[in-house]
Parts: sequence; C-alpha cells; structure tokens
Amino acid sequence: MSQTGTDRVKRGMAEMQKGGVIMDVVNAEQAKIAEEAGAVAVMALERVPADIRAAGGVARMADPTIVEEVMNAVSIPVMAKARIGHITEARVLEAMGVDYIDESEVLTPADEIYHIKKDDYTVPFVCGCRNLGEATRRIREGASMLRTKGEPGTGNIVEAVSHMRQVQSQIRHLRGLSEDEVMVYAKENGAPFDLLMEIREEGRLPVVNFAAGGIATPADAALMMQLGADGVFVGSGIFKSNNPEKFARAIVEATTHYDDYKLIGELSKGLGTAMKGMEMSTLTADQRMQDRSQ
Amino acid sequence: MTTIGVLGLQGAFREHVRSVEATGAKALVVKKKEQLEDIDGLIIPGGESTTMRRLIDKYDFLEPIRQFGKQGKPLFGTCAGLILLASEIDGSYDVHLGLMDIKVRRNAFGRQRESFEADLDIKDIADGFNAVFIRAPYIEGVGEDTEVLATYDGHIVAAQQDHYLACSFHPELTDDHRLTSHFVEMVDQSKKSLAF
Repeated sequence: MSQTGTDRVKRGMAEMQKGGVIMDVVNAEQAKIAEEAGAVAVMALERVPADIRAAGGVARMADPTIVEEVMNAVSIPVMAKARIGHITEARVLEAMGVDYIDESEVLTPADEIYHIKKDDYTVPFVCGCRNLGEATRRIREGASMLRTKGEPGTGNIVEAVSHMRQVQSQIRHLRGLSEDEVMVYAKENGAPFDLLMEIREEGRLPVVNFAAGGIATPADAALMMQLGADGVFVGSGIFKSNNPEKFARAIVEATTHYDDYKLIGELSKGLGTAMKGMEMSTLTADQRMQDRSQ
Repeated sequence: MTTIGVLGLQGAFREHVRSVEATGAKALVVKKKEQLEDIDGLIIPGGESTTMRRLIDKYDFLEPIRQFGKQGKPLFGTCAGLILLASEIDGSYDVHLGLMDIKVRRNAFGRQRESFEADLDIKDIADGFNAVFIRAPYIEGVGEDTEVLATYDGHIVAAQQDHYLACSFHPELTDDHRLTSHFVEMVDQSKKSLAF
C-alpha cells in the first residue's frame, strides 16, 4: 500500500530544500545557470518580479511553454506560480507535473477573499506570510511550505527582515502563554487554536519557512539565514545583476556558510552591480504586493 | 562515545541529527572537511544531489570523504546521499564518491506528485517500516558483495556493502529510528575493529 500527496511527502519535499537557494528563472538558459550554480530548485516565470512591477497590468500564471521548457532543461525541482485563489491555474500546473506551486501575491490575485484549498492537491504549495496569523491560516488551508512575503521585486531586504522577525517573535511570545491565553491570541490573530497549541508545544512551525521578497546580495541571503530562515528565494536579484553566474554562485555559498563572515566578504568582492533597488516609502499603496492577501 | 557526523552542506541534516540523538549516540554537523577527524561514521543526508555535489567540490570534500570510507569508517547515504555513494549513475551524470557497488537511477519514481510513503520490510532490521520517498532514486543493480535489504514494487530501495549503507527513502522524516540504530551499531562495530 502506498500513498501519494500525504502531508509527510509534501512537507518532506520542502525539508530537502533546506539550506538552499531557489531561483526565479524565465527560460531554459537561466534555469541551467541556476542549476549549475547550485540552486536547489527553480521558479519558472514569465517575468521576474521587478519586471512584473515595471510592466504593470494583470500578472498571471506563466505560459505553460516556458514552464515546460524549464522542466525539460533541469533535473532539480521546478516550481511555478499561480494567482491567489486561482484554482484552475493551480490544477493546470499540477497536471503539467510541476513539483511545487507558489500561490503568490507577486501575481495579481484572482480572489480577494479566499485562498486555494491546498490540501485537495497532490502537488505541494508554498505561500507567503507576514505574521503568525497568515502563517497558520495558510498551513490550515494546506500549504506545505512558507516564505516571508517581503516586498518582491524591490531589491530591498527590509520587509523580509520584518516578516521573518515578526513570525519568530510571535512564536516566542506564544510559548509563554497559558492555554486560556492562547484562545484569546487565536481570536486576535485569526489563527487556528489547535495549530497554535501545536506550535507552542514544539516551539516552531510544522513546515519550513524560507525568506523571500527583496534579497539582492550574498550578505542579504546570509542575514536571512542568521534570522532563522530555512533557506532563501531569490527573485529578481540574480538575473537583474550584472553577472548572474557569479552572483548565483555567491548567493548559494553565502546561504550555506551564513555565519562565515570572512568568506562572505570574499564572495562579495567584485560582484559587479547588484539590482538597483527601491526605497519602501516610494511605493504607493497599490504597489505593495505584500498587502494583496491576508 | 560514538560520534556520528551528518554532512551539513544542504538538505535535511537536522532531522538526521535528531534521529541519531534518539538512538543515544552523539551527532555532529559536518560543514568543513577537518571535522571528519572528529567522527566515527558519516551520514550523507537527503537534499538536492546536484547542489550537494557542487558544494562538496567547492569545499574539497570529495577525496577526504572517499578516504574516510576507505579507512573502513561507515557511511550511510539517504536519497541524495545514496546517489553520491553510487559507483554508477544511470544516464550521463558523473559518478560522485563511487564507494558503493550499486547502479542508481535518479528521480526514478517520477516527479514530486508521484512521491509517496509506503510500509516496507527491511531485512533483519525492521518490519513494517514507514518509508517516505521524495523524488526518490532506486537501485537498478548491485555488485556481488552488496546485500539487498529492501525492495519496493520490484525495485531495490535499500542495500548494504560492508560498512556502506544506503536507502532511497528518508528514515529521518519519521520517528522510527530502527534503520539509524542499525547504522549506529555498524559504527560501534567498526570503531572496535579499527581500534585493534
């Protein structure tokens, strides 16, 4: 008797990615560069977040041709993004054999209230979160992996740092609460009580939590690992830099040896220009992708 | 006390540490090759084999791990670790450590949606072992000195050759520590015989 699509199999897949870097790619050539540099997976997209931001309009699931091209080019797992609440895009990606789906605020949401009921799928999902409320709601919907939302396509790490710290600090706070206090905490944070009890007992989330949204340099990746991320997603940072090969390698190494500062210093030498980056206060409310879901 | 190293370049190494500690042995995360001197046996965990190989090369681990095995010190590879131990890999991939006389096929059961869990009998080690297969490889063939320990659907998924142990599933993802205990015993044995 064998069973596919169990929590253990779906969450386990994310466990194997720990300590690694997942890179956004838009074609087979970039996917090969990412694999060669030591990426643990690639995210197949039509445009990287910085370009989605620049292009405006409605951002949707990538053309299946691109996803297929990437799947044929590499042997590492391939992820792809579906719009929040877009059940059909997710089913299409699952049918294509994508290894992981990101129900992502980087794309324009298809549903402003409901997320996909992800535990109905055999393919695992990753979702973004800014706090323990969002994290636990996504897990209950069936997400097998989490990531910070950060602010995608900005090359600015400040939001990812804030989201990672927020989740960690809420877990620490939760550990000190009594059972009756947890009920009120659940109500205030819109978080499922039983899941909070489990996290309070274990002292950690039941799924891995990667950093994403604004990582632009090897030092950024190492910082997020230092703050307790299980691994990192790099979106625009790599292929928007001057020297993607070198950049990709340096980010992988800095993630593995995040506490070897001498090494990170060496890695950061002569990397060329990182992506330009944006200051948060220059973003208008409708440009903030992280606010697209709760 | 027996110290088991877990190669900590990438992947599920913390889970292996937890499993080793549950058997009563000491675990050490190995990130630098110098640490190989401090351990009696080494686990190569699951993760992405391509990524791990790149990091193994980058930090000059390949030859030191080979020498570690050739000194008679036990190695245990799970999933990606099994691929790294194999002497032959189906397709055009380079052989990595090449210590174990087995031929493996990568992602042999398919992509992530085909990943599964199943109960297995592992010869003389564990009956009804809950094995978790994630984009797993299997062993297509073994050499004369390699013993097949478990099969699933006609494919070899666990094997042992002297002091080398390998499986295509993830014993570290469950609370069943019988296979890890078996490896710890192998290390205890080798420690005794290497002391003479």
